[in-house]
Amino acid sequence: MKKGEKLSRRFFLKTTGALTLLAAIPASLKSAYKQVKNFIVTEKKMAPLTVSVNKKAYALDADTRTTLLDLLRENLSLTGTKKGCDHGQCGACTVHVDGERVLSCLTLSAMVGGKEVTTIEGIANGDQLHPMQEAFIVCDGFQCGYCTPGQIMSAIACVKEGHTNSVAEIKEHMSGNLCRCGAYNGIVESIQKVATT
Amino acid sequence: MKPFDLIKTTDPKHALLQKKEQVQYIAGGTNLVDLMKKNIQVPDTLLDVTEALGHRIDKQGKAVQIGAMARNTTVATDAMILRDFPLIAKAVLAGASPQIRNMASTAGNLLQRTRCPYFYDVTTACNKRKPGSGCSAYEGQNRMSAVVGYSTDCVAVHPSDLCVGLAALDAEVHVFGKDQKKSVIPFEEFHRLPGNTPHLDNNLPEHALITSIEIPENPFDKNCAYLKVRDRDSYSFALVSVAAALHLDGDRIIDARLASGGVAHKPWRWRDAEQFLRGKSATAATFGEAARLIVGDLKPLTHNGFKIDMLKGAVETALGQCLHV
Ligand SMILES: Cc1cc2nc3c(=O)[nH]c(=O)nc-3n(C[C@H](O)[C@H](O)[C@H](O)COP(=O)(O)OP(=O)(O)OC[C@H]3O[C@@H](n4cnc5c(N)ncnc54)[C@H](O)[C@@H]3O)c2cc1C
Ligand code: FES
Ligand code: FES
Repeated sequence: MKKGEKLSRRFFLKTTGALTLLAAIPASLKSAYKQVKNFIVTEKKMAPLTVSVNKKAYALDADTRTTLLDLLRENLSLTGTKKGCDHGQCGACTVHVDGERVLSCLTLSAMVGGKEVTTIEGIANGDQLHPMQEAFIVCDGFQCGYCTPGQIMSAIACVKEGHTNSVAEIKEHMSGNLCRCGAYNGIVESIQKVATT
Repeated sequence: MKPFDLIKTTDPKHALLQKKEQVQYIAGGTNLVDLMKKNIQVPDTLLDVTEALGHRIDKQGKAVQIGAMARNTTVATDAMILRDFPLIAKAVLAGASPQIRNMASTAGNLLQRTRCPYFYDVTTACNKRKPGSGCSAYEGQNRMSAVVGYSTDCVAVHPSDLCVGLAALDAEVHVFGKDQKKSVIPFEEFHRLPGNTPHLDNNLPEHALITSIEIPENPFDKNCAYLKVRDRDSYSFALVSVAAALHLDGDRIIDARLASGGVAHKPWRWRDAEQFLRGKSATAATFGEAARLIVGDLKPLTHNGFKIDMLKGAVETALGQCLHV
């Protein structure tokens, strides 16, 4: 056996060994890291979801923790729906599910599979604003505008439900939508305007 | 929020089989999702029971059965409820907001947790959230807390309005147990007093499902009122609330029902005042006497002494409203 051959074989064995080791280190490190991470933070659970938003069908994988609000804003880039409190206390996140007003911040997206969601982006007819949107503009139904998408979605439902017989009735049935700017009078007027035309 | 699996089931038996520690039922999610966001409840699996249980409102004989999944809005707008059990509709409409009532189920309303600020603040001691840690409210900011039936271990109140109406009308809770057996719990025995185990809100057997609520026929459809006093006109939990109902013969009171929210760990029936009202004439003086009888039982804490006058006024007003419907 020639010296060169011997060396090269040893060299070959050494390098392949080292390379395998090198390749193995990151893998085991990676899984060790994953194990430690999973020990500290539980691995997120993904689930397939099909949902229709503004009559457009979406199919995606979503973290089961995703609320409908976060799904709309973060996954579908429909940022018209606003996050105020994220705890059911302000109404900024109001959307319609199967035609009824609900709070998207307390709705798990995994539970709206197969349902029809309508957001503020879905109520205009092309360039033609929804009558409630027109009314909010005419009646000064907002100041900063942050609560407005929720107010408008709630207002449309309020009219549909028929709770517009008096100012007191409108106020009671719009009480789930807070307005930090206090545009309440304009909001009530907008609703009266739509209800009577 | 801790990651979790979500399983949808359409069969209550299947739901019961899957139910164990760390698995929780979910209906409207209006209370559970909120508590999960704050890591106060940390299930690793949610069982969606919205299609496993009934949501219909049916007359069965002379009683009404309200399915566990009947939405609060559905209950409050149901024609038969409005005609025969209007107190229930009034109580539901006094609670939460239209959006939340569209989501919230009947069963979930019974099982909602307290709104005591210390229960919600995970940096403070709370025996209900963490047994043995102490009650921060007992000597803390307790203006929302109980004035009757509390213990040094817990002064939290049950936040539901619907439950006050159900307590007044002697409802029953229909239950499907882990052992797949059905049973019935009288409403007054459903929620419990805190004692030294305030982490238990009620006597629903472990893992059991609520399947429906039954309300017996009653003569209180004509003269009833639900009065809720709160920090703002609407969309706020009760400081005190009163469900009042009278069965009248002319101005003579044949029977009366009085219950309150915002005063105790459970919806509270004022049995002595009901007894006092029977046989009396329905006058402001009689109502004033009944109200005085009620507040005689109260033991307010450091910051909620105002609830005495508030409740007295609320009882008188609610009884008065029973005559003007
Ligand atoms: C901002 C705000 C204001 C509110 N104001 C009021 C108010 O003024 N008055 C009032 O009464 N309520 C009020 N609520 C509370 C609301 O009514 C309750 O959150 C609601 O009724 C709970 O019903 P759910 O179906 O959403 O329950 P979920 O959140 O889905 O469930 C609540 C609990 O019930 C359990 N559960 C649900 N269904 C069953 C079943 N069939 N069998 C066994 N266990 C079950 C769940 O495991 C969970 O522990 C308010 C809520 C919010 C967020
Ligand atoms: S963001 Fe949903 S109610 Fe405030
Ligand atoms: S317009 Fe500013 S919060 Fe309503």
